[in-house]
Amino acid sequence: MFKYYGKYAPYLFLLPAIVVLVVFFFIPFFQTFGLSFFDYSSSIYNPTFIGWENYIKLFHSSIFYKVLWNTFLYLFIAVPILAIFPLFLAILINQKIKGVTLYKILIYLPVIVSIVVAAIAFKWLYADQGILNFIATQLGLSPIGWLTDPKFALYSVIIVTIWKGIGYYMIIYLAALMSVPKELYEACDIDGANFLTKHLTVTVPHIMPTMALVTTISAISAMKVFAEIYVMTKGGPLNSSKTIVYYIYERAFENLDLGYASAMAVVLLIIVMAFSLINIFGFERNKYQI
Amino acid sequence: MIRKIIEKLTTHSILIFVSLLSIFPFIWLISTSLKGNSENIFAYPPQIIPKDFTFANYIGVWDKVDFIRYFINSMIVAGGTVLLNLILSAMAGYPLARMEFKGKKFTFFAILATIMIPFQAIMLPVYLITLKLHLVDNYGDLAGFVGLIMPFAVSAFGIFLMRQAFLGIPKEMEEAAIVDGCNVFQVFLKVLIPMVKPSLAVLAIFTFIGSWGEFLWPSIVLTKETMYTLPVGVNNLQGMFSSNWRFIAAGSILSTIPILIFFLAMQRYFISGENEGAVKG
Repeated sequence: MFKYYGKYAPYLFLLPAIVVLVVFFFIPFFQTFGLSFFDYSSSIYNPTFIGWENYIKLFHSSIFYKVLWNTFLYLFIAVPILAIFPLFLAILINQKIKGVTLYKILIYLPVIVSIVVAAIAFKWLYADQGILNFIATQLGLSPIGWLTDPKFALYSVIIVTIWKGIGYYMIIYLAALMSVPKELYEACDIDGANFLTKHLTVTVPHIMPTMALVTTISAISAMKVFAEIYVMTKGGPLNSSKTIVYYIYERAFENLDLGYASAMAVVLLIIVMAFSLINIFGFERNKYQI
Repeated sequence: MIRKIIEKLTTHSILIFVSLLSIFPFIWLISTSLKGNSENIFAYPPQIIPKDFTFANYIGVWDKVDFIRYFINSMIVAGGTVLLNLILSAMAGYPLARMEFKGKKFTFFAILATIMIPFQAIMLPVYLITLKLHLVDNYGDLAGFVGLIMPFAVSAFGIFLMRQAFLGIPKEMEEAAIVDGCNVFQVFLKVLIPMVKPSLAVLAIFTFIGSWGEFLWPSIVLTKETMYTLPVGVNNLQGMFSSNWRFIAAGSILSTIPILIFFLAMQRYFISGENEGAVKG
């Protein structure tokens, strides 16, 4: 095809987007590394270069390990549930039954609603004299400090993240299920296979790539949780529900310790970039047509 | 036959149960918001249907909190973000799909790389840059809005979505337009853009939802209450009404109405599965 667009048009069209990406992605990206070598804690206007000291401080801090552990616990609990349960729901919904649209709307609703409202709604369920503790006492348990007991706080917040993600991943699975050949299910029915064998032998192998995709997307979003924690626990009690992003936020915007927070941000960057690389080159090649 | 019926019954009971779990937190919030002062909201056993039914909490919270203001602020921010994303993504997607130029591969991978950079990890320098550019609300409301919008004005997701859309258009379309005497800008605006409208719609809807729910960035940059977007305003209810759960519940529900209407009107975009994996905050 002949070049009708001249020499400069491509750059002209790209320019606005590139300017935004440079100013708000690339410069901050490199600056994050830069900031992590400075000490802002004594004076925010006159930072001093301190080399690797923020990292040394970070790797000697017990809170850092606590926060890292919490974040990975978040990931290890939320990701398997979000990779499997929505698939189960998608299989159930992907049948010739009545009310499919209504089920989809209701299960998708938590995805659409603001995370702040969702967190407030759960805070109310978790209240000391709230409805969940009523159920607990009915079951003969003593009331639980869902958000106030260090043993439970993190798990209570994880439940909100899972609850809010189920509909989203269910829809992804539903789209993938459409591509499974129907004849294979018919063959299973003739063989008299039950629900479990049918889906373990036909469905799961077919949608393995989607399961892998859901695993990495949900792992990446688990690494980034913030609002749930900010609204419900502020990372407490005793740091028991503090995760990486919340800790960065706290150190940076409450303690104004920008250097230390940046060192933490670099750790987050490295972890998320590793997951993203797997994701992009492993499962989303088609989407970006690499 | 009996096996079929049992299967159907189990399927429906599981789906009904999960649907109820999905909406129960909201139901309980609505129930609390409709209970008057004479009813104990901590009563055991809990009452879903209010005994002292009233709209007083809604009226009370509406009088004390400027929801209209928050709503307008959210509309400005989400609207601006959507508009910029549509324009910038379409403009950037076009040469990446239809033109040959020096540095194309590099540009492509540079944009792809931004997908891997989580905003949460770079938000600190983003904040410092926004401060330096005077794009925060103490320099005026307009500056504040621009500061809320700019870091999300374009995304790699949007650029790739538009690139994909442009890739699907037959070359003959452009050739015919050129023969008719169009220049490159006319080809873009009059020939190509009308053909990628469905992708623009998808991009608009998902950008809108993402921007509408954004909480971290506005809670970092906003200092003036008159600039609050809905999520920040709703979070603020907790401080304003410390333990008045009737008001907090009423305010939370009020704030959810606009996005609920939007979702129900646009539901096919969300639940059809055609746009799977479109966006996730």
